[in-house]
Amino acid sequence: MAAVQDGQLNMEVEKDIKTEITNDGSGNINANSSSPGSTSSGGKSKSPAGSGEDQQTLLAVLQFLKRNKLTESVDILRREAGLSADADDSPVSDSAGAGSGGVPNVSADGGDANSLLSRVSIATPSIETSSGFGCGSGGRACRLQCGEDQPDVNVVLSAYSQQGDPVLYPLYYNGLKKFIESVLDCHRAELSQVFYPLFVHMYLELVYNNHENEAKQFFEKFSGDQECYYEEDLRILSSMSKKEHMKGNETMLDFRTSKFVLRISRDSYQLLKRHLQERQNNQIWNIIQEHLYIDIFDGMPRSKSQIDAMSGSLAGEGKRDANKAKVFYGLLKEPEIEVPLDDEDEEAENEEGKPKKKKPKKDSMGSKSKKQDPNAPQQTRIPLPELKDSDKLDKIMNMKEATKKIRLSPDNLPSICFYSFLNAYQGLTAVDFTDDSSLIAGGFADSTVRVWSVTPKKLRRVKSAADLSNIDKESDDVLERIMDEKTASESKILYGHSGPVYGISFSPDRNYLLSSSEDGTVRLWSLQTFTCLVGYKGHNYPVWDTQFSPYGYYFISGGHDRVARLWATDHYQPLRMFAGHLADITCTLFHPNSNYVATGSADRTIRLWDVLTGNCVRILTGHKGPIHSLAFSPNGKFMASGATDGRVLLWDVGHGLMVGELKGHSDTIYALKFSRDGEILASGSMDNTVKLWDTLKAFDDVELDDFTAATGHIHLPENSQELLLGTYMTKSTPVIHLHFTRRNLLLAAGAYNP
Amino acid sequence: MAEERRPKQCTVVLPTESMKAMAESIGVGQLQEESCAALSEEVSYRIKEIAQDALKFMHHGKRCKLTTSDIDYALKLKNVEPLYGFQSQEFIPFRFASGGGRELHFYEEKEVDLSDIINTPLPRVPLDVSLKAHWLSIEGVQPAIPENPPPAPKEQQKTESTEPLKAVKPGQEEEGSTQKGQGATSAEAKGKKDGLMRMKPRSTHELSVEQQLYYKEITEACVGSCEAKRAEALQSIATDPGLYQMLPRFSTFISEGVRVNVVQNNLALLIYLMRMVKALMDNPTLYLEKYLHELIPAVVTCIVSKQLCLRPDVDNHWALRDFAARLMAQSCKTFSTTTNNIQSRITKTFTKVYNNCWLDDKTQWTTRYGCIAGLSELGPDVIKTLILPRLTVEGARIKAVSDGPVVSNIDKIGADHVQNLLLKHCASVIAKACPLPDNVEQYRADYGYLGPMLCSHVVKARAQAALQAQQVNRTTLTITQPRPTLTVSQSGIGGSGGSRTPSIIKVPSSLTLMSTRPGTPTQPSPPATKYIVMATSSGSSSTQQVLWTAVLLGGIQKIALFVNP
Repeated sequence: MAAVQDGQLNMEVEKDIKTEITNDGSGNINANSSSPGSTSSGGKSKSPAGSGEDQQTLLAVLQFLKRNKLTESVDILRREAGLSADADDSPVSDSAGAGSGGVPNVSADGGDANSLLSRVSIATPSIETSSGFGCGSGGRACRLQCGEDQPDVNVVLSAYSQQGDPVLYPLYYNGLKKFIESVLDCHRAELSQVFYPLFVHMYLELVYNNHENEAKQFFEKFSGDQECYYEEDLRILSSMSKKEHMKGNETMLDFRTSKFVLRISRDSYQLLKRHLQERQNNQIWNIIQEHLYIDIFDGMPRSKSQIDAMSGSLAGEGKRDANKAKVFYGLLKEPEIEVPLDDEDEEAENEEGKPKKKKPKKDSMGSKSKKQDPNAPQQTRIPLPELKDSDKLDKIMNMKEATKKIRLSPDNLPSICFYSFLNAYQGLTAVDFTDDSSLIAGGFADSTVRVWSVTPKKLRRVKSAADLSNIDKESDDVLERIMDEKTASESKILYGHSGPVYGISFSPDRNYLLSSSEDGTVRLWSLQTFTCLVGYKGHNYPVWDTQFSPYGYYFISGGHDRVARLWATDHYQPLRMFAGHLADITCTLFHPNSNYVATGSADRTIRLWDVLTGNCVRILTGHKGPIHSLAFSPNGKFMASGATDGRVLLWDVGHGLMVGELKGHSDTIYALKFSRDGEILASGSMDNTVKLWDTLKAFDDVELDDFTAATGHIHLPENSQELLLGTYMTKSTPVIHLHFTRRNLLLAAGAYNP
Repeated sequence: MAEERRPKQCTVVLPTESMKAMAESIGVGQLQEESCAALSEEVSYRIKEIAQDALKFMHHGKRCKLTTSDIDYALKLKNVEPLYGFQSQEFIPFRFASGGGRELHFYEEKEVDLSDIINTPLPRVPLDVSLKAHWLSIEGVQPAIPENPPPAPKEQQKTESTEPLKAVKPGQEEEGSTQKGQGATSAEAKGKKDGLMRMKPRSTHELSVEQQLYYKEITEACVGSCEAKRAEALQSIATDPGLYQMLPRFSTFISEGVRVNVVQNNLALLIYLMRMVKALMDNPTLYLEKYLHELIPAVVTCIVSKQLCLRPDVDNHWALRDFAARLMAQSCKTFSTTTNNIQSRITKTFTKVYNNCWLDDKTQWTTRYGCIAGLSELGPDVIKTLILPRLTVEGARIKAVSDGPVVSNIDKIGADHVQNLLLKHCASVIAKACPLPDNVEQYRADYGYLGPMLCSHVVKARAQAALQAQQVNRTTLTITQPRPTLTVSQSGIGGSGGSRTPSIIKVPSSLTLMSTRPGTPTQPSPPATKYIVMATSSGSSSTQQVLWTAVLLGGIQKIALFVNP
């Protein structure tokens, strides 16, 4: 914290300058482009943590959209941002205003870029002299000067224009390395975290300043020292050896637009600071101040294993205060439904809102919902659709099934039924089951969506309008009559997408199906007529995943554009946009209480978003590869996530802590699911196995005292093998979806690859 | 590993020659070296960028293989027109050309005649996607059904068979249990934990009903009369990945079968059993080491037994001996380790038997033949050290039979076969070992009676070797070893013209399913015996030659079986 706060004064000055520039007519883009830099460097000190970060992320998105000439999205976002920024201070509105003027000019920017680049490098030396120790004002001033550039390039430029002698870089780095190696063991692990971000930024600085050979040498010399989980990023970095490459490189942008977050204990930080000041090592000090966010905590330094568990994401760990917001992880009260034990046809009544009058229910569902869970959100925190009669009937069915549920335990493992897709020719990209396990849907690379009935009940279409008018609407079996018997078949194909279908999700009432595709749209299909009802446009880039809310009506989608969108089925525009991820959003999931949404990303973080406010309430780091699957425990308290690194991580949602690590898979985990009572976690992977884990034990083992809860420094149990209950190999069939039926039978699905 | 690769990452750049070649292909002639260098760096960077994006599509497509469509989508992301016309083939065959100091990899694009495409019949419509359900696990236990992978891979069979020693050491228990993870029920895993200090729990080789049926079908087909069925059964043994649970039973079946049928002199059955051995050995998923103690004696019996058939003068039991000898050699090659020393033990066994024949003139020619065959299959070194020194003596003995008074037809045939065998194997070894020229007198001095014949064989062998060498130069390697042809001459039915009596094969009761392990092989045949009546199919009593070309040995080696009159 201390390191960053001294930017505050400058901020005030800077704001003034900025307004001047905006007024002097040198171009709107000017201000627009300078603001992201300033917010990202100083926003933190200016406004409360949450909103500052939001602005930053919003701006990042704006830039991204603009760069890709998505004017429509820019407009939408600006509208959204304008709303949220009304109460806030100038930078955002600045950027919004500038943005409107800036858009038409964007196309011209590309042409100017080069000349501007040169102007900047000329400008650089003069600034260099003025850039003093410990304030970084040189960098900022420069940023203002070179503001007449394309936004992203400007961001990059501003960051790396201050240059020292390139030959000295390895020396600086080596000096720090020697120092860190010489400190006490307890500090070494913590300070070693500095290496990677420092390495990256020094390399980028070298590249930016056209010291290609020095950069290469620097990379070769020190890239071997970095932790192995950064290998992917290093590969991208290594391919970037010229200044021209930096333009438009997304990874590059990520490093610049977001500060790398490190958690370091106060003692270790003091050590580092003292060392750098003694050595007058301005270069490194500047980088630390400019590009790193050091989250200082009081207390014992963390051990190497503790650090390793949490690190690995693209932008360091989540800040501690990012995970401080209260999350209502409890479940919503189930509407009490009279279960007509004798006569099913009797209309079930809904007596929601009068819980005190209720007589105790026999089944578990009823008893659980008697009292309001203190951790549960208000019943009406977000508006939920009202229950229809058919929903009530379904709930009754659900309860009845639940009574027949098998109690799972390590001694009583579930049976697994595997649905193999044959002749899929490597084209199966997504699978979903309905909650009652009666339907299964598959998304394919050939743009089709196929729905199968796995019960003897065949799929039928509703009759055409002309035929429907002939039906006697008063008859009792009108619901049967409207179905066209001639169309009965075991499977139906839905055509409409123009690219591989990557995400698929059934609505809880089984009337709708969502699919998201490479073509950038999310489509809503009716399972009554088997036609497409709506195509939700907005992403413009491949949409990797989509998911219905457990209560229906809402759904979430996320894709290559790094923005997760919350939609309602009856709105053609998103209700919320969740921006903040630094890379593709690879998977999305609703919390069981529908008040929160979790997204996993290729930036190796998981974020939890509040549906009501649109805020990011949790940033969970620890994965070392893109996250491809998420699962909430049925009580909403825990979450599991699986990534390409083959590890499953378990999270305590309430505390925002990692509580377990399950190692065993050797390839990407595409499917995770908790059993209906949460005792067992099933994971399915590309390595052709389904594994079952004892989550009850995993969650019990975690001792959460106040200290760990406060600092988030958790000791993970070493051996996850004890938690492994079983491994089931398939015959060259990657497991891409898992589902527990209401009676706790595990269904798995995948395509057979001969 | 990361450390090894990283330095490379930095430097991987397309060579400038590629740029030149590409420039030429679009008609740009003179490209400066600097421009080439600049271009190649830029192109390399862009290619890497696109490849990274394409990988995303691969991951989301839930595949492990990058396809051309992934690249297309990645290009689309960058607002670049995708490459049309590159459909995912299994692989794109790059061709290589060099000349003028330049090396070039290129993709050969053939000109396509549209009328050809129009005229060719449409390919078969690919099958539609379908859904099939099966049980991956039932209450924690994975059922052994074809939809599931074989329960235990070879490594696990190996660890299981070598585990007892390890299980006693407490420290290594954890490792074992992780490997056990596959298919192991929690109960089983627990059992292991409890039995920490005990020996390995007794493994029960219980077979499911399906497996019992399978076993019955397979064994009956293997020794039955229908050759087509037998071929299928052997094919199944040689390829099916889920046989390991039945392996003890197969092994017992074979060893007992050989024991009984040697006594009964049932040549056909012995051949069938040897073919089963061969099939088992060909199965890549089986860990046979545990059963060698049963299989090797059976095979050796088929090599050196005094009598293998009812009419030694007519039946071609020699082929069986050859075949078994080859099997033996193969198993020596595959299974011999420094611990079990199979090769040297087998060699010793053959030598011992051979020495006995040596001392004892009365030893059957059949046994002698078997020993020589067995030894000579073990390789030229064995021939050189063990057989060549004895050629003189052997020659004298053969001479005695052929020149001397006619003792019996059997001896005469035996001596003939031994002579041919010796000539065949020794000639090639001598051809390699001895210097030119081949002097008949020298050979006579060295090898006695067999000398002159050897000499001519050696000359022939040299000529062939020279021819081969040429062929090797010209094309690829050709295998000149004659394919083993197993010629079964059934008991002289042909000549007599009478229909064949059904032969009755005794199958010891220990082979019935679910039985306990049989006693020692020396035990007299068990009380209850099961008879399999072989309905011999040769209804035609004529001297016809039935020829099966059995696709045997996993379709690799074709053995023609001749039934000679």
